[in-house]
Amino acid sequence: MSDSPVDNGKRTWLIASGCAGAVGVGFTAVPFVSTFQPSERARAAGAAVEVDIGALKPGEKLTVEWRGKPVWIVKRTPEQLAALPKVDALLADPNSARKPAELTPEYARNEHRSIKPEILVAVGICSHLGCSPSDKFQPGAQPSLPDDWAGGFLCPCHGSTFDMAGRVYKNKPAPDNLEVPPHMYLSDTRLLIGEDKKA
Amino acid sequence: MADFKELPAGAPVAQQVTNWFENRFPTAFDAYRVHMSEYYAPKNFNFWYIFGSLALLVLVIQIVTGIFLVMHYKPDAALAFASVEYIMRDVPWGWLVRYMHSTGASAFFVVVYLHMFRGLLYGSYRKPRELVWIFGCAIFLCLMGEAFMGYLLPWGQMSYWGAQVIVNLFAAIPFVGPDLALLIRGDYVVSDATLNRFFSFHVIAVPLVLLGLVVAHLLALHDVGSNNPDGVEIKAKKDANGKPLDGIPFHPYYTVHDIFGVGVFLFVFSLIIFFAPEFGGYFLEYNNFIPADPLKTPLHIAPVWYFTPYYSMLRAITSEMMYALIACVLAGAVLGVLKAKVGALIKGAILVGALVIVALMLAIDAKFWGVVVMGGAVVILFFLPWLDFSPVKSIRYRPSWHKYVYGIFVINFLILGYLGVQPPSPIGERVSQVGTLFYFGFFLLMPWWSRLGEFKPVPDRVTFAAH
Repeated sequence: MSDSPVDNGKRTWLIASGCAGAVGVGFTAVPFVSTFQPSERARAAGAAVEVDIGALKPGEKLTVEWRGKPVWIVKRTPEQLAALPKVDALLADPNSARKPAELTPEYARNEHRSIKPEILVAVGICSHLGCSPSDKFQPGAQPSLPDDWAGGFLCPCHGSTFDMAGRVYKNKPAPDNLEVPPHMYLSDTRLLIGEDKKA
Repeated sequence: MADFKELPAGAPVAQQVTNWFENRFPTAFDAYRVHMSEYYAPKNFNFWYIFGSLALLVLVIQIVTGIFLVMHYKPDAALAFASVEYIMRDVPWGWLVRYMHSTGASAFFVVVYLHMFRGLLYGSYRKPRELVWIFGCAIFLCLMGEAFMGYLLPWGQMSYWGAQVIVNLFAAIPFVGPDLALLIRGDYVVSDATLNRFFSFHVIAVPLVLLGLVVAHLLALHDVGSNNPDGVEIKAKKDANGKPLDGIPFHPYYTVHDIFGVGVFLFVFSLIIFFAPEFGGYFLEYNNFIPADPLKTPLHIAPVWYFTPYYSMLRAITSEMMYALIACVLAGAVLGVLKAKVGALIKGAILVGALVIVALMLAIDAKFWGVVVMGGAVVILFFLPWLDFSPVKSIRYRPSWHKYVYGIFVINFLILGYLGVQPPSPIGERVSQVGTLFYFGFFLLMPWWSRLGEFKPVPDRVTFAAH
């Protein structure tokens, strides 16, 4: 260290210019961080998807891609529909009351979470960490599931379970029901996913 | 600046050449002395002390094989999977380079876990080596990032869904989470944009940080000197020349010593590369030989083995478990108020803080707290130097029952790791919840239990029998 006394005037200016430089560096970081955002091309992709469900039989599932995510269309059997109210007590959110604006459009806020009772349309992405749950439509005891399983979906990642209406069971890692995307019927068998009448 | 040295006329040519360089680049010669020929390491190192050198060796293996892999790999969602298969089948000897890299990743974690456990056993993180330990923990964090991003590159099913899960971890953070996850992915789902940026991070950004941290780790270590199995400071007893009595120069003693360890390591490493490169699905998971499919999650998904203990802890945090955690927070606050030797103001702050945390725990989803627990399990390591209050460093002079505590800690960590590989089950969930509580209890209660018991007298000099 030198013995000469500190020139306080100079030091003030050094600190001031140092701060100004730091602000400049901060502004320069903005364009770099901005490049992390989705590109214009990624933003543009997201058109609605039209599906023909005429060939879908009861108990079957069809998966289509919408915005890079799997969307399931399940035609439920009368037995599966009848089982829905029975599990209400075991569900975290049986009436789709949580985050309704994001997860459940108005026309799906019912026991079967769908426009037509038998046709379920849901984004097949678990609300926990984004895995796609697997079909476990067969009721009864099986690995990773309770003995009185009523049929539904099991997320292979962290064991969250959903009923046949995509409603999450209580005390599972996933907090929310599966998302029902905006959708509407163009005809009896033609379904448009990604748009509804409101939009 | 060193003085310019003139050699007498007629000095040998080799000496003249050395002198010419030393006058122009003395830093290199000083570094050799400080870090090799005059770095005094304790003479009583046992086999636990090989893993630091081995970690450096694996780092070199990863960098060299990585450079060659990048020459053939295509970071493009449409081409990535095929380009890895191309390396495996069509590039001459490409399979070997690729298997060296993929096995090297697992070897890195084996070596680093053992290296960290050595630090735990002999109190290597204690004063004055806190910064050595912290740099080491930062290296461990970087390695986890490096391994995670590298695993996306083959663009297989496990790559894709593993990345999907981990990126969504960030989305669990209240308020900023979803936007943060979007920034990381660069798209609304894991996609080509994500692959490209992970490639950039894996190949250049993280390795640069990693190298810087390794340098800091070694420089700080060589400044304070290595610890040893007795936890005795060798610098406390020096000879007339100021050299530690129990120290021997790193070169040639430990360089030669380490070459033997390197030989044993390469023997095992080669066995795995040539005979079991996938290691039964633990080093390279079978599902990753299926190209990424954004519409279908594999039926059984688990991270690679080195992440599974933390993954188990993530899975353990259900809304039921939150009540147990809230009870722990409250118990901790009450204990702090009753036992801690601090002023009334701080005690009030502890109580208020605990109540705020409990309110947040009730308000925010268990999913977020799972992420907090998983991150906390790694972050807590950074604080180890300030959690251990044992009067001796080394396990050798601690009460015998401390050995059982460490033993149970290791077994618990292995059980958590095993459960992380298994599909979710109710029993596994309970066991992992108990394991998670034990893991955190081990660290958080350390200020209490580490001072309990009958400690043995620590010798003045290291225990060493010439051989």
